[in-house]
Amino acid sequence: MKKTPLYDRHAALNAKIIDFGGWAMPVQYTSVIEEHRATRANAALFDICHMGEIEVKGPQALDLLQFALTRDLAGQKTGQVKLSALLNDRGGIIDDLTVYKMDRDFYMLVTNATTREPDFQRIRSLLEEKKFDASLADVSDSTGKLDLQGPRSEEILQTLTPDDLKTIRFYWFIPSQVAGIPAIISRSGYTGEDGFEIYAAGEEIGAIWDSLMDAGTGLGMKPAGLGARDTLRLESGMMLNGQDITQETCPLEVPYAWLVDWSKDFAGKPALAAIRERGVRKKLAGFEMTGRGIARHGYPVTKDGREIGSVTSGTFSPTLNKAIGLAFVNSEDTAPDTEISIGIRDTVSPAKIVPLPFYKRQK
Amino acid sequence: MSKPNPTDRLYSKDHEWILDRGDGTASVGITDYAQEMLTDIVFVELPPIGKKVAAGEPLAVVESVKSVSDVYSPVGGEVIAVNTALENTPELVNQDAFGEGWIAQLKVVDPEELKTLLDAAAYDALIQEEKH
Repeated sequence: MKKTPLYDRHAALNAKIIDFGGWAMPVQYTSVIEEHRATRANAALFDICHMGEIEVKGPQALDLLQFALTRDLAGQKTGQVKLSALLNDRGGIIDDLTVYKMDRDFYMLVTNATTREPDFQRIRSLLEEKKFDASLADVSDSTGKLDLQGPRSEEILQTLTPDDLKTIRFYWFIPSQVAGIPAIISRSGYTGEDGFEIYAAGEEIGAIWDSLMDAGTGLGMKPAGLGARDTLRLESGMMLNGQDITQETCPLEVPYAWLVDWSKDFAGKPALAAIRERGVRKKLAGFEMTGRGIARHGYPVTKDGREIGSVTSGTFSPTLNKAIGLAFVNSEDTAPDTEISIGIRDTVSPAKIVPLPFYKRQK
Repeated sequence: MSKPNPTDRLYSKDHEWILDRGDGTASVGITDYAQEMLTDIVFVELPPIGKKVAAGEPLAVVESVKSVSDVYSPVGGEVIAVNTALENTPELVNQDAFGEGWIAQLKVVDPEELKTLLDAAAYDALIQEEKH
């Protein structure tokens, strides 16, 4: 398994390590519920070094991204982050990724850990096909990433940086310093809380981790693993690539239709337009259990005794104290309050469709 | 660090404990080591009263936030009582695995099967081995 630069720190903290897409990652340090609650109440620090970073540079960097990605990036300003989708020729989602505009003719794409190579290959083949004047570089191995998430994130990070964090709006970033080390500070994340994603050179990310641990521990911050990251994102109605979304899923079937700009040409558009024309048969919807049990990935969903789909993500929600999940079901059965059932082992348990997100923070 | 394994009962290699009550029945639960591995138990699926199980067959299901695990019956028997407190407070298994967190009480079919299980010292050795 591949290790992040922080692996020895996780081991020293006695973290439970799992294989996540070929990476040895901490799933929890003490308890998923404790780490989840620390994120909602105070703050938590996550090692996200396994995610991918791809740099796109050159006079036609924007043209390449406009063709490769579904979202219109023409209006994106330097310092702004945009979520977008990369499709295959069938209109399926290869990745949902974020686009950082570093400068004119210079972008950084932040990819999911497991899609980094497919993303790179897809974008490279589109570049070659259209002969754009741009270059691609996979800088994942030399780039470290930490997520500091939770309502006290700003207070903690402010002690370590000369820049005024209040000036960074949600989904914007600045080149800055953390503990004297050059770093990109982005106000964004995957937990539904305020917080930051911090990028720095891989060999220096350990020093930033240590400084944040020192600064945050007295303020209720905890290191948190992928277990809490998963319950936090699910409560906030965010999808996990590879689980809720696969290459067979199109943006119209999940809450990603807003990422598609139909006024421009993009790779995968003809297939996606055909799907739009036909209408989608299945959609991703949120549900909560009204009966006993916890729905898990792959469990069947039924309505009036007939199968209408299956669970893509399911867990016990530490904030709401109930079992929640996402399911891919027939489009006509996705209205809120629709009564459904989940097959759990040898029983069926009642559930109902609910609007997303399950949890929204108080602003 | 897990609590010491009480010497008044026997253990399976799958990390269940069984306490012979001396009247042909026995209580079953998971060990403190097992609950520590699982952490954050949020749901326990209890067996129905009257369910018959053979040794090594699934008796109950314990779920943490991230995982679903079967609890195997250390011996063959019939379920005569279950710990209904776990329906609303599954965290009792985390807090007191050897006591308030018991899962079911069985009428033991063949007391000879108890002899195949581990005593506390042998179980201690097993978990030491697993830790390394």
